[in-house]
Amino acid sequence: MLDRREFVQKLLVDRKDLLVVSGLGSPTYDVAACGDHPLNFYLWGAMGGAAMIGLGLALAQPSLRVLVLTGDGEALMGLGSLATIGVKRPVNLAIVVLDNQHYGETGMQPSHTRAGIDLVAVAKALKRCCAPHAAFSRRSCDQASVHGGIAQIDSNIAVVGATLVVAPLRVRAPGDRINGARSGQS
Amino acid sequence: MYWPDLIYAQFRRVGIRQVGYVPDAGHSRLIELCVNDPNIHDVVLTTEEEGVGLVAGAALGGERAALLMQSSGVGNCINMFSLMRNCGFPCLVLITMRGEFAEFNPWQVPMGSITEATLKLCGFLTYRVGEPDDVDDIVGGGCDMAFGGDLQVAIVLSQRLIGRKEWTK
Repeated sequence: MLDRREFVQKLLVDRKDLLVVSGLGSPTYDVAACGDHPLNFYLWGAMGGAAMIGLGLALAQPSLRVLVLTGDGEALMGLGSLATIGVKRPVNLAIVVLDNQHYGETGMQPSHTRAGIDLVAVAKALKRCCAPHAAFSRRSCDQASVHGGIAQIDSNIAVVGATLVVAPLRVRAPGDRINGARSGQS
Repeated sequence: MYWPDLIYAQFRRVGIRQVGYVPDAGHSRLIELCVNDPNIHDVVLTTEEEGVGLVAGAALGGERAALLMQSSGVGNCINMFSLMRNCGFPCLVLITMRGEFAEFNPWQVPMGSITEATLKLCGFLTYRVGEPDDVDDIVGGGCDMAFGGDLQVAIVLSQRLIGRKEWTK
């Protein structure tokens, strides 16, 4: 399992002129933790809108790369936008879903991915949506695959087409509680 | 000129480059004009709220965008409109009304009867067009407010302007 802060840091370490849109909740913390940057757009609301903001930005700035970094809950709320993005298919847009299978800000309630809803399978089913990459499988999240996956994201942003990557994360809250305590854990 | 063509001419005048829409019969002609324009990214949405994100992204990237929707779609956007207020993005929404004049579909009435009030509660400067002769002026004025002043502007195209929806076999 990947540590979210480490993963995002590695993703952004050599960002150059990458435009980053972060979804509300932990992803915004993760991106800000790498250091504030004028090319970051942080969301703390508009849940479900991150990917579409990425689309508008990618269409407006075709010569720049756009990364939408969001969580599973936020991505699920905007699931239809994967179809909308699939129709336009901008090559300069990548969506990375930090999937810890829980709604982090509201008490770590399990999300749909916890029950087995597979976002990569959704993207694949949408076919034209992306060249979807399950770059990180739950069984092989070691350092090599992280680096390999990041390299793949970078080249995919440049070359292949709108890309969706789901990064399964270490889940910090114990158990599978509904309405878990608000302990401030990420 | 047919009134949708006048709206399109205003879009060209102010340089709108992205148009998001969930198709509506009343917007058919305008949608067609935008789809056929190689300088406009026409973006068909699965739900109207996606368009609000699109407008925000376009604004972040320095492009002007407009949204076309039916009155029912306004209801789908309410929370996403918070993006507009919090970030001060220019926003132009053109809304074809249902649920008012000669409406035969009762499902249109709940949202249709609160559309303008909803837009105003969401912080939009809201203008209504009831006559074809007013389209050019009001839409042009709306464009100038939205993009000259970074304001959120909604233009409501009355059901009477659009005409009765005829169901034919």
